[in-house]
Amino acid sequence: MDLTLKVWRQDGPGKPGEFREYEAKGISPDSSFLEMLDVVNERLVEAGDVPIEFDHDCREGICGTCGVMINGHPHGDQKGTATCQLHMRKFNDGDRIVIEPWRATGMPVMRDLIVDRSPLDRIIEAGGYISVNTGGAPDANLIPVPKPAAESSMDAAACIGCAACIAACPNSAGQLFTSAKLAHLNLLPQGQPERYARTIAMVETMEEFFGSCTNHGECEEACPKSISIDNIALMNRDYIVAKFKDRRKAGQR
Amino acid sequence: MTTTGRRQDTKPARRVPWIIEFYRSDVAKKWIMALSGVILLGYIAAHMLGNMKVYFGPEEINHYGEALRELGGDLVPKTHLLWIMRIGLTAAFAIHIHAAYSLTRTNLKARGRVRYDVPREYLAANYASRTMRWSGVIVLFFVLFHLADLTWGTTNPDFIRGDVYNNLIASFERVPVAALYIVANLALGLHILHGVWSLFQSVGANNEVYNKWRRYLAWGFTAVIVLGNLSFPIAVQLGIIS
Repeated sequence: MDLTLKVWRQDGPGKPGEFREYEAKGISPDSSFLEMLDVVNERLVEAGDVPIEFDHDCREGICGTCGVMINGHPHGDQKGTATCQLHMRKFNDGDRIVIEPWRATGMPVMRDLIVDRSPLDRIIEAGGYISVNTGGAPDANLIPVPKPAAESSMDAAACIGCAACIAACPNSAGQLFTSAKLAHLNLLPQGQPERYARTIAMVETMEEFFGSCTNHGECEEACPKSISIDNIALMNRDYIVAKFKDRRKAGQR
Repeated sequence: MTTTGRRQDTKPARRVPWIIEFYRSDVAKKWIMALSGVILLGYIAAHMLGNMKVYFGPEEINHYGEALRELGGDLVPKTHLLWIMRIGLTAAFAIHIHAAYSLTRTNLKARGRVRYDVPREYLAANYASRTMRWSGVIVLFFVLFHLADLTWGTTNPDFIRGDVYNNLIASFERVPVAALYIVANLALGLHILHGVWSLFQSVGANNEVYNKWRRYLAWGFTAVIVLGNLSFPIAVQLGIIS
């Protein structure tokens, strides 16, 4: 299939960028979106041009490294799919595809389609963990975890941290990512000792970088793992409870 | 250090009172907006219901106006309870607007100046949720006009203090004013349609048992308020009450 690509090109952070058009001829409909970009890049290199830079790693939809805006949809308009798992058979011969990087003040463009997603690491560092003493491994099933809690925690833990939620949000809010990481731990018994300290630390770190939720729900539609905005409600509740709670008594700061 | 710009590079060194620190958080601001929103929704409902007395004739509605001043009966001095309600309502209104203003600035800054090349095709966001800022601003200016029109009487030449029925008819008989009330109430409807559903999310009241009822409640409440409020200017224009 023959395609026309309109791609954002930018030499480096803070540099001015521009859209450039590329012809992508003879693309196999069985190739993935990233494989299509690989083919285009090989041709660019052969022609002595600079290849289009984009983030990618596992290419099986589980690492969250890839992700671009495709025709105005984060990861393309196929629901619940990361860019690497989007296949060219979903497009038509002769299509014009606009490829843009995520846009948010908190995630500036580094180069071409690559953005700086380190704010997500700052949010995880603030509390996205549980403290465990080293030593002998505890017996399995020593801590009873209700099956439904394990399931809802696992649903939240499916977040791969690709930042599509932030890219989709008209407010560039990081609520879906942060709430997924919080729900992942706050719903499990192992997460309880640090629950409220974690919630405050992660929410306040998030607010240093990103906007505020106005409950549109665009993030849920964009999420390649279909994570629910119900997690955002849980985060809001835990944050308010944490603020009113006497956390000193529980040793949570 | 990271190259990305944090919204504040340095944390304030001085300890601030708890309530101010609380209000600095965006999540807390949304919580406060939800609570002040509930107060304002309650007021809107009471206001609409009270105004229904206009259909029972001049004595009924004028007596209702007087009864508002005598709220609390013999237990409180005249108009004191009314003033406490007015002050509380103004405070809720002010804080709702300040939080909205502050969050809007935060969001515009977080989004940055660069827009996507392809216009967004919204999948979940609806017209009401995307126009909250504008419907809110319309309601704000409408409330100021409404106060000048029917409370202070400055924009109403035939205003007689205490004669609610006369003032209402005199105001709504003017076609542009009736049209303004209709437009403003439709904007109010859009605002509360998203607001009623959204406030549950902001306070974290999300449960699959009642989640679908949040939509029904938003639509039902909005329909009752908007139809009730629109009936007054339309009834005057059609000569049903005069």
